[in-house]
Amino acid sequence: MTGTFVGMPAFPTAAREALGNDQLRRNLAHATGTIRAKRAAVVGEVADWEEMRDAGAALKDRVLLDLDEHLVRLEESLTAGGAVVHWARDADEACRIVADVAKAHGVDEVVKVKSMATQEIGLNEALAAEGIAAWETDLAELIVQLGDDLPSHILVPAIHRNRAEIRDIFVREMGSAGRPAPAGLTDDPARLAEAARLHLREKFLRAKVGVSGANFAVADSGTLVVVESEGNGRMCLTLPEVLVSVVGIEKVVPTWADLDVFLQLLPRSSTGERMNPYTSTWSGVTPGDGPQEVHVVLLDAGRTRVLADEVGRQALRCIRCSACLNVCPVYERTGGHAYGSVYPGPIGAILNPLLRGVGHDEQLDSLPYASSLCGACYEVCPVKIDIPSVLVDLRAQVVDAHRGGLPKPEAVAMRGAAWTLTRSGRLRLAERAAGLAGRVLGRRATLPGGRGAVRRLPGPGAAWTGARDLPAPPRESFRAWWRRTGRTEGEQ
Amino acid sequence: MRVAVMVTCVNDAMFPDTGKAVVRLLRRLGVDVEFPEAQTCCGQPMVNTGYLDEAVPVVRTFVAAFEGYDAIVTPSGSCAGSARHQHGIVARRSGDPALEAAVARTGPRTYELSEFLVDVLGVEDVGASFPHRVTYHPTCHSLRMLGVGDRPTRLLRAVRGLELVDLPGAEECCGFGGTFALKNSDTSVAMGTDKAERVVGTGAEVLVAGDSSCLMHVGGLLSRQASGVRVMHLAEVLAATEAVAEGVPS
Repeated sequence: MTGTFVGMPAFPTAAREALGNDQLRRNLAHATGTIRAKRAAVVGEVADWEEMRDAGAALKDRVLLDLDEHLVRLEESLTAGGAVVHWARDADEACRIVADVAKAHGVDEVVKVKSMATQEIGLNEALAAEGIAAWETDLAELIVQLGDDLPSHILVPAIHRNRAEIRDIFVREMGSAGRPAPAGLTDDPARLAEAARLHLREKFLRAKVGVSGANFAVADSGTLVVVESEGNGRMCLTLPEVLVSVVGIEKVVPTWADLDVFLQLLPRSSTGERMNPYTSTWSGVTPGDGPQEVHVVLLDAGRTRVLADEVGRQALRCIRCSACLNVCPVYERTGGHAYGSVYPGPIGAILNPLLRGVGHDEQLDSLPYASSLCGACYEVCPVKIDIPSVLVDLRAQVVDAHRGGLPKPEAVAMRGAAWTLTRSGRLRLAERAAGLAGRVLGRRATLPGGRGAVRRLPGPGAAWTGARDLPAPPRESFRAWWRRTGRTEGEQ
Repeated sequence: MRVAVMVTCVNDAMFPDTGKAVVRLLRRLGVDVEFPEAQTCCGQPMVNTGYLDEAVPVVRTFVAAFEGYDAIVTPSGSCAGSARHQHGIVARRSGDPALEAAVARTGPRTYELSEFLVDVLGVEDVGASFPHRVTYHPTCHSLRMLGVGDRPTRLLRAVRGLELVDLPGAEECCGFGGTFALKNSDTSVAMGTDKAERVVGTGAEVLVAGDSSCLMHVGGLLSRQASGVRVMHLAEVLAATEAVAEGVPS
């Protein structure tokens, strides 16, 4: 039921559409503002937060250095614990493996724990094509699925919806997916939660196959870890007879003790809680307790490509907390859909191009530019991913990928600017020309303080003057002033 | 100590008064400041748009202009950040070890104006007077890339006659972002509009910041909205010696 982002326009176009939606902007400003304040409060309580960030980043970097060895160790431990380990090179392979497990058990439905990896590979659509319904059981994912909508946030996929909209979706859609919404449902949050609980309960009790991702995979003990807030995930992890978990290969940590730092960093960064409410761990099969058939699909799908990128590989540290989304001034205004991926916001602006490569898709190539490089994301990232630096590096990759062909107007402009800025004499001439133009252009309007201003520029300049006045170029540049009088001004 | 002013291409071509203010302010504080005329730009517009090859000759020009100075002072957090944090990337791209070595020397000697005043000269009261109600926007690169902290507001608080009012959400980006302002102009304007609204809400006569490009963006919106709020660079306020009326608290 959940759609995919296939065919989304490039970021500036998608953003323009989102910016025109006043309701969306109000919902987002309210929601991100609330989470931001909660995070800031609980992070402020931790005296050694910066040291903890360093530890988290260092741990992930060490794992990535010997990723192959940790993965082999993980496979050994999982197998010893009774799990079946599968390796998936790409999304298609991973979806095929999950579908085959479901079909082997003759089911036409599975229940799902909220999982970014399965969203990323489009598992729901792949299963639907095989006649298998994949029911999302996370409340927000349920809202997105019932509304035939797209997720717009990593942690809170329905962040773009307010409670009145959610009530309408429940009343309209629950009946066609299972138990209908109770009669007379209001938009009171407790009533909405109760409606979801009743709707989901029959699915939990009926489903034979559960599907999850994992936040962490402990190599030493062969333990998968799922961190969630509702307890719905735990229902899926314990009630079905069969459990399939799709796990990105970057999720591995060497030992149980390594969870310590991440289980502190994650909830405070993500939901703004001191401790995570439901943390489920399982190591293969435990006879008589929980799923008796356990599969683990270790997913590459571009991760080894990211690992090969010297600047971008730090993105593999990401623990999907979404702190970067919540502080991002761009995300706050455009929302997640504009990024055209299940990974929106600053992390999405680097992760999508890194996973899939640049130079072949206009939408992907537009993402590294979907940032003012303000650095707020880097400041809050619990594993210190320097997102602005990765964005700048990806921009260079985008430009390099398009070198050689017919240059775009932007490339011509940049080469012209570089030529001018390589010799100060050339810059002096350009400034003189601008000063002359300014005498004509600046007659129309005046800035506070008395300086002339330009109200309307032609061509690409219209992107500036559409909403902003531009000071008219001054009659005399600084360097001209310096030559005329500045060098000796004030000397006796 | 040989001190050079890196005026920045934006100030040179568009905001010469900011450059003049830096020169006058530093001379007033006894610094014999030079303007190496070979200077042009730090290269950031190319780097941040992805044109690294194009940035190489610009960074070479920077190094040629500023090598040999003990301190390079610039009225821009963004350009100081570029010299300190991005020139290494460009130099590595060039494959020229001599350029790498050169930027490793010029980068650490580059100071944003408030850093130079507070850290190198050790002054907070620069002898300015500016009897106006102002609010201050900490620009992203000065705040998060350089970490200038409260140096600019310490300098402003020491200005005679100046009333500094808090800007709500001050640390949020104004939306300029270099070519972002053109490539994603709708989002840039949406961010700037919120910033301008908060500035107007403070009741300040003047919005002050340490980067002319951010001021050009927010100022352009304030002007289009006929808000009456003027934008001024920190350097111009610190250089000002307007008469303060008797009885106005300093």
